[in-house]
Amino acid sequence: MIFRLAIASLFARALTVGMTILAIALSVALFLGVEKVRTGAKASFADTISGTDLIVGARSGSVQLLLYSVFRIGNATNNVTWESYSDIAARPSVDWIVPISLGDSHRQFRVMGTTQGFFEHYKYRQGRSLDLSQGAIFDDLFDTVVGADVAETLGYSVGDPIIVAHGLASFTEHKDQPFRISGILEKTGTPVDRTVIVSMEAIEAIHVDWQSGARAPGQSTPVDVIRAMDLTPKSITAALVGVKSPLQTFALQRAINEYPQEPLLAVLPGVALQELWAIVGIAETALFAVSAMVVVTALIGMMATVFSSLNERRREMAIFRAMGARPTLIFSMLVLEAMLMAAVGAVLGMAMLYVGLLVAQPVIDAAFGLWLPIDAPTLREVWVVLAVVAAGAIVSIVPAVRAYRMSLADGMMVRT
Amino acid sequence: MGQAVLKLTDVAFQWHGRTRFGLSVPDFSVGSGETVLLLGESGSGKSTLLSLICGTVLPMSGHVQIAGTDIVTLSGGQRDKFRAEQIGVIFQQFNLLPFGTVADNILLPLRFAPARRKRVGDARAVATELCSALGLPDGVLNEKATSLSVGQQQRVAVARALIGQPPLIVADEPTSALDANSQASFLDLLFTQASEHGTSLVMVSHDPRLGDRFDRVVRLEDIAKMERSAA
Repeated sequence: MIFRLAIASLFARALTVGMTILAIALSVALFLGVEKVRTGAKASFADTISGTDLIVGARSGSVQLLLYSVFRIGNATNNVTWESYSDIAARPSVDWIVPISLGDSHRQFRVMGTTQGFFEHYKYRQGRSLDLSQGAIFDDLFDTVVGADVAETLGYSVGDPIIVAHGLASFTEHKDQPFRISGILEKTGTPVDRTVIVSMEAIEAIHVDWQSGARAPGQSTPVDVIRAMDLTPKSITAALVGVKSPLQTFALQRAINEYPQEPLLAVLPGVALQELWAIVGIAETALFAVSAMVVVTALIGMMATVFSSLNERRREMAIFRAMGARPTLIFSMLVLEAMLMAAVGAVLGMAMLYVGLLVAQPVIDAAFGLWLPIDAPTLREVWVVLAVVAAGAIVSIVPAVRAYRMSLADGMMVRT
Repeated sequence: MGQAVLKLTDVAFQWHGRTRFGLSVPDFSVGSGETVLLLGESGSGKSTLLSLICGTVLPMSGHVQIAGTDIVTLSGGQRDKFRAEQIGVIFQQFNLLPFGTVADNILLPLRFAPARRKRVGDARAVATELCSALGLPDGVLNEKATSLSVGQQQRVAVARALIGQPPLIVADEPTSALDANSQASFLDLLFTQASEHGTSLVMVSHDPRLGDRFDRVVRLEDIAKMERSAA
């Protein structure tokens, strides 16, 4: 009966109570939304590369290797010789190996030389493969496959010619050897979207006439001559490796790191991603803190509402007291009321989040390549809701203590 | 006059607020089934006396006995429960919880008084009977309390005070919000029901014209001494 009356009392103040609940709901939706984006971004980040057991490059730092080989940020300080690459590829524990050669660019996008194996073995978002939205994987020496962002930004379609520039942000172009777009990839939300992919041989081919970073004057080898040449690369930038059994990963990593002929570095992508996330994660913590503050603000708003309702409800409390209610009941009713508001607000907030996700999910995926999964509420989210209810109870103690004191002092006599 | 339902002996109360205020009641008692009108101007300590009787404030010394129990010796929680069991309270006005139904309001004291609840038996049926005896329309139980007129609300308050037959009803100027006609019919109903239920009635008012109906009319200044001084 008391519970029913408490609810009836809330309904009688529908407008202010509704506003309070709405404020809590919005804050909880924001908080959980930030959580979703946060975990989604983290997952997306971690999903940039999957299925690869080791990334191999010249010895530097693991984060640096990850940044240039996967995220195409920064540059390799050194290359890996073809001999070392072949040595590693020949090891019995290696299931597959895909070389990567970086260093050239097309407009603002990086050009990556690799093998067809890249399309087969590069996986993102829990094992998804690269798919072509148009055309086919490169077949000819001067074929190229471009990422979704490249095609979209530059308005390319299959069959268009493109010219690769030497180095990054360079005006020297490999004009003699224009490429043809053979395929365009589906959007992946990974750096592949912003990459122009050519074959390893093509990288060699466009550098035939180049010596030590500059074009040899007066020379221009005709394309058909180039085609006839042995275009085995002399060095690569990095390589992605898959092992036959996960148990061999560490042994192989050790062997590569201790490779006597050349200083090499092999990293586990997951570990390197964790290291990188630890750096990026500060922004994440800031977001978390801000959205938590919004929830606190909404709860303090509720406290203010309960406070301001006390005076008009003195009469109500006096009636309860006259009927034999203890002051502790008045106290508990106010706390219960606050908990109800917080609970309804939190659940409503969660509902708002899910509706919002349903609407925004495809949009966010298309625009940012950020996939926010719609799952059943996680344990963490349930805890958030419970925490909001508990926090609601805690903040309501302040007005409840006041009501307790008031009802003790007033007793059943309120001078109206 | 039977055994005393209410008996105040050597009660002394001090209030330390912005003004110092003291009230002492050497001896005042109400017998079983007796109806007493306490006359006093506003500010004469009426409210304090009612609070003392109901046990929401405690005297510094003395005894407040209700139905044989000295409530001064009870703990706060016990006094609250005792009040629920033994006393029906009717205020001047705004007696009812506005968001509850009439039934909610009538049955509310039973929620805090298990013995009284037991005595009632089928509480809803009893509430219906009381309502019709008090001249309230049929089906009023499910109405929202605020949809009733002030006079009807006061009658609901009477039903609430009477349900479960507590030995004492305390009423604080219950007619002051009513016009003359309603006052008369309200008091008729109150007296009929009180005598039917064998309940003692202590009513506080400033209006001596009401006196005829009561067994006894007592001036507050005759039974209580009040002191008031600036602190």
